[in-house]
Amino acid sequence: MRMKEPRYIAIEGQSVGYYGLLALLGVFILAGLAAAYYMETQGHWVTGMSNQVVWGTPHVFAIFLIVAASGALNVASIASVFNKVAYKPLARLSGLLAIALLVGGLVILVLDLGRPDRLIVAMTYYNFKSIFAWNIILYIGFIGVVAVYLWMMMDRTMKPYTRPAGFAAFLWRLILTTGTGSIFGFIVARDAYDSAVMAPMFIAMSFSFGLAIYILVAMATYRWTHRPLGDLLLQRLKNLLGVFVAGVFYFVLVYHLTNLYFTERHAVERFLLVDGGVYTALFWGGQILLGTLLPLALLYHPKTGGSRPMIVLSAVLVILGGLAQVYVIVIGGQAFPLTIFPDAQVSSSFFDGVIAAYAPSVPEIFLGLGGLAMSLVIVALALKILAFIPDSLADGEAVTTAQS
Amino acid sequence: MSDEKRTQPHSEEAAAGVSRRQFLGMAAGAAGISVAPGVFLYGVAGAKPADQPVTDAVRWGLLVDTNQCQEDCDACVTACEEENGWSFEEGSTTDPQWIRKLNVKDPGTGFTVSMPMMCQHCEHPPCVDVCPTGASFRRVDGIVLVDKHICIGCRYCMMACPYKARSLVHRDLHDQKYPRGKGTVESCTMCVRKVDRGDGTTACAEACDRDGHKAILFGDLKDPDSEISQRLRRYGGTQIRADLRLNTGVRYQGI
Repeated sequence: MRMKEPRYIAIEGQSVGYYGLLALLGVFILAGLAAAYYMETQGHWVTGMSNQVVWGTPHVFAIFLIVAASGALNVASIASVFNKVAYKPLARLSGLLAIALLVGGLVILVLDLGRPDRLIVAMTYYNFKSIFAWNIILYIGFIGVVAVYLWMMMDRTMKPYTRPAGFAAFLWRLILTTGTGSIFGFIVARDAYDSAVMAPMFIAMSFSFGLAIYILVAMATYRWTHRPLGDLLLQRLKNLLGVFVAGVFYFVLVYHLTNLYFTERHAVERFLLVDGGVYTALFWGGQILLGTLLPLALLYHPKTGGSRPMIVLSAVLVILGGLAQVYVIVIGGQAFPLTIFPDAQVSSSFFDGVIAAYAPSVPEIFLGLGGLAMSLVIVALALKILAFIPDSLADGEAVTTAQS
Repeated sequence: MSDEKRTQPHSEEAAAGVSRRQFLGMAAGAAGISVAPGVFLYGVAGAKPADQPVTDAVRWGLLVDTNQCQEDCDACVTACEEENGWSFEEGSTTDPQWIRKLNVKDPGTGFTVSMPMMCQHCEHPPCVDVCPTGASFRRVDGIVLVDKHICIGCRYCMMACPYKARSLVHRDLHDQKYPRGKGTVESCTMCVRKVDRGDGTTACAEACDRDGHKAILFGDLKDPDSEISQRLRRYGGTQIRADLRLNTGVRYQGI
């Protein structure tokens, strides 16, 4: 069966709803910028961050968005690299979302720096042993590679190059997320990090978070623009989301089982899994129950698996569970004290040996939400300016039974 | 350690023929016990003319004898604050602490030791490895520093340091003694200005000597005849988190 060529048409973007959405997101962006200005002029003491918990809620949002960005590209990769025809009409939105999420995450990271005015220093001075420096290159390169990939997809004359460009973008995103996971994996000093499994776990997380966001953005866009979105296509996407959620769960299991095997890591595991207060609650309640088990049940149970509201709910739960997971990794990992003297009790005026206190401050939350809003504004504007999405993703049109 | 032991290298050197560097190291050691710090030997003990680069012929280090360190004494901390112009309020989670007193208790035996904890000036510093811009750097003489002009305040070094030795400047700075930077990271500099000036000691070591504890000794780890090297050779010394193989420039005895 031959596939009908999808017709890509930019959204109209004239409705009250569209402008209302932009205005709402604009408010969040302004709030985020105001928060960043406040944090930078006052100094970081106005945040919940300290010399104990040096990376806070902005980093949770930033890392979540950066990880999700590479995962959002997955739909396009499945189309171009693995040649699944059914996903081809979805590929442009996938590339757009990838760039938008990354930009949102990077904006948060930069605005949280102690010296955001020195961004140019970060771009011009490189220590090539630092995974952080490599990440700066990988992030900027990702935007370029995906932009070229989008160009190949959107320019008829360049179409033959779509596959190699897609392959390059796929490889780049795998390396990028390896780099993001290694920010933690390479930290030898802290018991919760220092693990090679961080890199593949972050890749699995990116598949899951990125697809969850993709599903929500696609469903919302098609619903709000009154374009058809076929059940068959959604079924594919939600089944894939289930596989990715299970994949993350696997790496989480491997991570904790490995730590539980090492006696020296028992204390940090006890902290995260048993008596870590908010971190334990977020792990079991947020990450595992709401973010893993419930979506898996909803996505695969015959009674709920086909329901659109349940797919939306599952995607939302995966995102909330993902934020909980990143929160536990980033902040829980720092709240647990450094092991300066193994097997000894240490105390000092600098909070050695005690669980660090941290509560997200309002400016941090606004900065994080501002970055997310920035990502969504980029998507909303780009959909109006360029033809990223087909006018129809109805089952009979865009998706065929052939080849996929 | 007795004064006699401290000056012992002198006689040995006389026999062996003294190189300039060895002589300077020795003089630096002698300065700590025989005169009030800074009274004489200025420009002699380890002095480096300002227009000459730092050399890797030396590796500056500290030796902390925890047997001499008193739990209720924080003279080293106060002296460091005074020398370098930082301060902290008890209980503040955001104030910097370049050096702190750490109490370590063995829960099995109840054995307790007290010691100063600060940047360990590693040969392979994780903070330098992770710094994206190269602001964290190690001088060839072993002193690990932050270049405040290219530190972007990302705090990755604080995540990576196994000793919790670094602080972010969280607040506005007033009346700075030496330039510091709000939004940048800082830590113990091993009193680099004093070292470069040729004081042959650090503020913490001076203060500890002044209070009669003599628990902190500054010196050249590369010079086999320096007092620090001799004491390490004779009595041994421990690196904290030696399992990380960072080859720290700060060594401890009695732990």
